[in-house]
Amino acid sequence: MLDEKWEAVIGMEVHVQLATRSKMFCDCSSDYLSAEPNSSVCEVCLGMPGVLPVINQLGVELVVKTGLALNCEIPVHTKFDRKNYFYPDLPKGYQISQYDLPMCRNGHFDVDDKTVRITRVHLEEDTGKLLHAGDALHKAEESLVDLNRAGVPLMEIVSEPDMRSADDARDYVVAMRALLRAIKASDADMEKGQLRAEANVSVRPTGSDRLGVKTELKNINSFRALHRAVDYEIRRQVEVLEAGGIVVQETRGWSEAEQRTFPQRTKEYADDYRYFAEPDLPPLELDSAWVESLRASLPELPAARRPRLELQYEISSYDADQLTEEPTTADLFEATVAAGAPAKQAANWIIGSQPTLDAASLAELIGMVVNGTINREQGLRVMAEAQSSGKRPAEIVREGGMAQVSDESALAEIVGRVLRENPQAVADFKSGKPQAAKALLGKVRAATGGTANMSVARNLLMERLNH
Amino acid sequence: MSSTELLNRHLAAIEREEPRIKAFLRVTEDLARGQAAEADRRLATGENGSPLLGIPMAIKDVLCVEGVETTAGSQILRGFRPPYDATAIAHLRQAGAVFLGMTNCDEFAMGSSTENSSYFPTHNPHDVTRVPGGSSGGSAAAVAAGEAVCALGTDTGGSIRQPAALCGVVGMKPTYGRVSRYGLIAFASSLDQIGPFTHSVRDAAMVLQAVSGFDRRDATSGDRPADMVSELELGVEGMRLGVPREYFQVEGMEPGVKSTVERAILMLERAGAELVEVTLPHTDYGLAAYYIIAPAECSSNLARFDGVKYGVRDESARTLLDTYLRTRRHYFGTEVRRRIMLGTYALSAGYYEAYYKKAQQVRTLIAQDFENAFLHCDAIVSATSPTVAFPLGAKVDNPLAMYLNDVLTLGGNLAGLPGISVPCGTSEGLPVGLQVLAPQWGDATALRVARAYEVAQDA
Repeated sequence: MLDEKWEAVIGMEVHVQLATRSKMFCDCSSDYLSAEPNSSVCEVCLGMPGVLPVINQLGVELVVKTGLALNCEIPVHTKFDRKNYFYPDLPKGYQISQYDLPMCRNGHFDVDDKTVRITRVHLEEDTGKLLHAGDALHKAEESLVDLNRAGVPLMEIVSEPDMRSADDARDYVVAMRALLRAIKASDADMEKGQLRAEANVSVRPTGSDRLGVKTELKNINSFRALHRAVDYEIRRQVEVLEAGGIVVQETRGWSEAEQRTFPQRTKEYADDYRYFAEPDLPPLELDSAWVESLRASLPELPAARRPRLELQYEISSYDADQLTEEPTTADLFEATVAAGAPAKQAANWIIGSQPTLDAASLAELIGMVVNGTINREQGLRVMAEAQSSGKRPAEIVREGGMAQVSDESALAEIVGRVLRENPQAVADFKSGKPQAAKALLGKVRAATGGTANMSVARNLLMERLNH
Repeated sequence: MSSTELLNRHLAAIEREEPRIKAFLRVTEDLARGQAAEADRRLATGENGSPLLGIPMAIKDVLCVEGVETTAGSQILRGFRPPYDATAIAHLRQAGAVFLGMTNCDEFAMGSSTENSSYFPTHNPHDVTRVPGGSSGGSAAAVAAGEAVCALGTDTGGSIRQPAALCGVVGMKPTYGRVSRYGLIAFASSLDQIGPFTHSVRDAAMVLQAVSGFDRRDATSGDRPADMVSELELGVEGMRLGVPREYFQVEGMEPGVKSTVERAILMLERAGAELVEVTLPHTDYGLAAYYIIAPAECSSNLARFDGVKYGVRDESARTLLDTYLRTRRHYFGTEVRRRIMLGTYALSAGYYEAYYKKAQQVRTLIAQDFENAFLHCDAIVSATSPTVAFPLGAKVDNPLAMYLNDVLTLGGNLAGLPGISVPCGTSEGLPVGLQVLAPQWGDATALRVARAYEVAQDA
């Protein structure tokens, strides 16, 4: 349906809950998910009379780091503003946000071979949550307010309309999540609402440089939903236009159940939020030395790490992509290789089974599979057991007798190799030092990954030594 | 005298005076008795404590006192007992002050006569047919009537200094940021400051000393050392005092007030000050700028009073919007609603540039006026209010006439300056106040000049 006649134009607004321990303007814990409703609150985030906000410096730091990672300018002067509107989830009747002087602006984000311009990154506070008795607001008999989330630091990343397809939109958000995790700005879990993506979608005749009327897509809780919602919306708009209709500027919600977008709120009149500078917070002057120190503290970003892993470890670009989605995954990969595992196998094991083992254990496990001590299927079982019991994989293999090598000819070969490789120990034994035999036996054990049948091995070794 | 004895005297004064003054919305006798007993215990241990230990004080109803009903003079907060102390209140508790109760004020501190209180008006102790000024009229009247040794008020456009002048007591608005605003129920955040009412300048210095200081809970509070007392007696010899021409030509300036203040200024000259004529050329625009900025901030600050979380709710409403509309329509008074509407309008798309932004530009010009003037003088002296206390009801139907009461004081708020009003005689038998304004953080300078006037007057 979307043929060459039409081109989609997509911009993204991404809201991100920052990984701070306390809320943006008070000392309450920002871990609202595990708390009883209305328990992680204080007079400040409840908007009680007379109370004042105090800036959480880590919140500012994480926004500036994000801006730096997105190649933004970080202006010296920035400030908070009040966005005024009435709603029960907004206890003060205004949201502290940023209007005309955001913390970061004019950046760009390279997603694979495409560049998306970043308009701005700003800091604000999250609202509370409403729970409607019954499932729909207009049918609800009553609504309950939970203000645990009110005041949790929220970062908004606004892009220019530089994306052209549902793939682009999804790839942008996937890459954004990897970036946010790499710099530890957020856990960015979409299902937990820590990362909320809203897509602004319009279509226009291919070749046109005018923008069509856009709709704003909300209620998107996964990458798959994002892809489907954008795809659906592009098709819907093309259908409307091809039927001679006009696209209405509106907010549309994605229905997971119906797999379609539906109008949520038509903008009958423009919202007027009466922004003005927050008088309770003095304007911020960001010290350029501090900003530079944040820049210097940025870890290697996924965009750089991905090609480096590909090049350095000679793995596929698919593997490198997968490994850099989470910085801890890439860290595990590099440490596992450093601990002796072959890179390709390490990548396969990590991507395929998401191990929670430490690198040394994982390398040991992979080593046993690679040298044939155990087969892959056994390896998966060993991994599961190592993860649940905390035992080393070699120990598990040994104790479980999973691949005990008792075949005399196989062991004889290993014994022969150990003797050839350790002439000094052999000489020592022959000159009357019986403890040298113990050392040689240890090497046989190691050479089999701890799976040699040691009594068979001892007999074979002593036979050769005494020969 | 023990603290309990001192308290008893003041409780007796309250009982005697309240029927005619009505300075208090609530008297917290039980709290006060407990605090006085505790103060006596501390005094008995020979504790060399704060000068406020055991001193009975009155508190304006906009400052949150933990567990004590605090309503900002409004019906919408009826029954609200804050679970926290304002920082200034916490300082006073620490110092061992005794809290007599919450004093009447214009609703949400919006007014210049205390007639906008949603409870009842307060009467001027010098003439009970007249207003005490406002918005901190209850605090001023309580001190003037001898019901309290001292009191806390708040000043957004003159709300401490003007009632102090009209009631014949000392009242001071410190530098913006000197006293933490945490727990002060906000009217206009960028203008509000907490300050003392006292009988003498020395007392004002001591109360200010006790409540001031950086507070990590108020990002606009300043980290400046505060020594309010040691310069007090230095006198004005060699000081240059600026006399702003424009402040003596304002609309509605009563000749009696003008001549009384001029005599006071000449006394300061005789005490060794050099008088310098200074100019504050944007004075005429101050009132207009103030009455855009303050309502704009209040329209946002008062949004939280929506009937959802605390205070009073109109239970007849069936929908969310109706809850907001009815609660706010029924439980906010006329002046509060007027200012919310003014402020909402001034911030609206299409009007922001012409009103709010322009007003902020004027604010900058007014601050520059003062900076320029302070190049030529150490402090500025003028009348505090253009009029003496006016009869109750005289201006209630004419908001503009009421607003004009603030014309000499609101510049200090727009520029964030410290200002003090000290009694300087009478006109038509009613008290007149001399206002001393000093540069930012020059609170001690304002106090020193005011104290020098007290000395010169006594001589």
